[in-house]
Amino acid sequence: MTTLETAPANTRTSFASRYHTFMSRHGSLMPTFAAVAILLVIFAGAQIKFGNFITPGNISALLLDNAALLIMAVGMTFVIITAGIDLSVGSVMAFTGIWLAQMLQSGVNAAFAIPIMLVGGALVGLLIGLLVQYFDVQPFIASLAGLFLARGLAYIVSTRSIRVEDPTVLWLQSARIHIGQFYITPTGILALLVVAVGAFVMQFTRFGRTIYAIGGNEQSARLMGLNIARTKIAVYVISGFCAALSGLVLTAYSGAGYPRNGIGWELDAIAAVVIGGTLLMGGRGYVLGSMVGVLVFGTIQTVISFMGAEQSWTRIIVGLLLLLFIVVQRAIVARAERRR
Amino acid sequence: MKTIVKHRLFWPSAALVALIAINAAVRPNFVKITMLDGHLYGNLIDILRQSAPLMLVSLGMTIVIATRGIDLSVGAIMAVSGAVALQIIAGSSEPDNLGVVAWAVFAALAVSLVLGAWNGFLVSVVGIQPIIATLVLMLAGRGVALLITGGKITTVNSSPYKYLSTGYLLLLPFAFLLAMAIVAIVGAVERRSALGVLTEAVGINPEASRLAGVRSRGIVWSAYVGSGVLAGIAGILYSSNIKAADANNAGQLIELYAILAVVMGGTSLMGGKFTIAGTVIGVLFIQTLDSTILFLGISPDQSPVFFAIVVIIVVLIQSPSMHRWVRGLKHSPDKQSPVDAPSDAEVAA
Repeated sequence: MTTLETAPANTRTSFASRYHTFMSRHGSLMPTFAAVAILLVIFAGAQIKFGNFITPGNISALLLDNAALLIMAVGMTFVIITAGIDLSVGSVMAFTGIWLAQMLQSGVNAAFAIPIMLVGGALVGLLIGLLVQYFDVQPFIASLAGLFLARGLAYIVSTRSIRVEDPTVLWLQSARIHIGQFYITPTGILALLVVAVGAFVMQFTRFGRTIYAIGGNEQSARLMGLNIARTKIAVYVISGFCAALSGLVLTAYSGAGYPRNGIGWELDAIAAVVIGGTLLMGGRGYVLGSMVGVLVFGTIQTVISFMGAEQSWTRIIVGLLLLLFIVVQRAIVARAERRR
Repeated sequence: MKTIVKHRLFWPSAALVALIAINAAVRPNFVKITMLDGHLYGNLIDILRQSAPLMLVSLGMTIVIATRGIDLSVGAIMAVSGAVALQIIAGSSEPDNLGVVAWAVFAALAVSLVLGAWNGFLVSVVGIQPIIATLVLMLAGRGVALLITGGKITTVNSSPYKYLSTGYLLLLPFAFLLAMAIVAIVGAVERRSALGVLTEAVGINPEASRLAGVRSRGIVWSAYVGSGVLAGIAGILYSSNIKAADANNAGQLIELYAILAVVMGGTSLMGGKFTIAGTVIGVLFIQTLDSTILFLGISPDQSPVFFAIVVIIVVLIQSPSMHRWVRGLKHSPDKQSPVDAPSDAEVAA
């Protein structure tokens, strides 16, 4: 960059240089900005096409319909930033959901049943974390074992769906807090709370910085004296806990537990996290980005149902978006490597 | 004796034999094979017949894993291939015509080949991580299959097509013979030519093999093409067996079972050395375990718990830290020589 002495030129270059500085310092934010841009484009396009797309009811429903996936994606973000992966989340959601329904049906108080099912999900995560950390099992395989385990456990609890009549759980879904024409349910508040806590932990705590360090370079993180073992196990526990929480939200949402819930959700969650700008090689990513990813996912689904097209298009479009983002990520990483 | 125990196929084979022995002890009928109309019947024959789709998918997966890759899209490719084949047969006026069936199979395989080539392109040319590259198709593939079938489950009644999965040829089920023939062909191509060694070289150290002049791009690409085509054949067998193209359930979770079969057979997920014979044993073990679970009266839905336990046991046996621990039990701890460490790494690699 050339620094010119003259004042008018200086302001021009300083704008350019400020742009370059911003790009080089916040290059990892670019994919997330791209996701926000895509979300806005979809919103604008749908509004122009349908005329009645951006309505308070629609926006509120977006959060309500995707609360479970959002919570799951936050947990997944933690795992992916450590360069791991957690395939078990969909099954854990089904298992904890049906377990909760079964406990409530057999008369357990919701005040006990909900903590128990949350701990159950965290325990599956703990198992995966222990396998990954202490037995050097690849995260992919360890969480695959978790997937099988939780799916089978769900069917052991019940092979049929169980209705939930507990007022506390149903309240999570049915209560509407109106803000003007918008409304939000306790499940939506829960999801936003999880996002807020997740984002805070990642950005402002020592634990969060350790997670980024592990994903960036585990060897260096170890040499820096960071506690790798505890952190890596903790992210899987967090992911399992979030999956259980999404099991609670989904049970409230559908008013029943069903052992077939959540098949393929782990892929949706991974796709949302990647679209939100988190790098699958670990080390870069944002919880808020994952929220954007989930909203992109949910908006595409809404648009497709508005168009009356087949829902199978959702998967195809999300797959293509995923591809686009992976190629963009690849380019970013390649650029970073070249600079090095 | 020691060389037998040391052989890489010893433990997978022992597990398979033990499982069959347990079954035979509990229910003698299990190993009984009867002859009827020149065909063999029995539980073991059923296992062979049903293992064909998983066998083909796992075969492709073995080669892909040997290149340090993974192919998650096989289940989706199965769904697409079955959908293409059945849509063509259902759309024709004479579903029993051999020509129609041959054209349907050809079209399904061509589509599978294109999908496999797409995966290979993303991995070998664009340079995307295999898990992610194939995840794209895993997500989108089922959507494509649903579009092909129009969201419905296409059913057909075509005897030549049905023959593929339920027919018999010379005593044994045709599907099994087909799978074994393909295993033999792939095995011969990999092991009788340099391809197998080059594949292992790429998997063990991509950079070193590139410097040694190995054209890794073509080798990796062909592995994904092969995996796609094999998944396509598996999809045809699956849809032929149920006489329907079920875009949602065809090949559901098969990628995970295939990976399990490959790992059980002794091929490491870290790439490099692979064993096709081991994969065959792994597939037979999984299929036998599946049948055992059914026999125990456990709902097939609940069987994942058993597979989870098997996965955990297998990965623990393979894990280097477990090896260190066992060695520590055998020798007193102070004797643990540093020489042990590299051999650990070898087991892991």
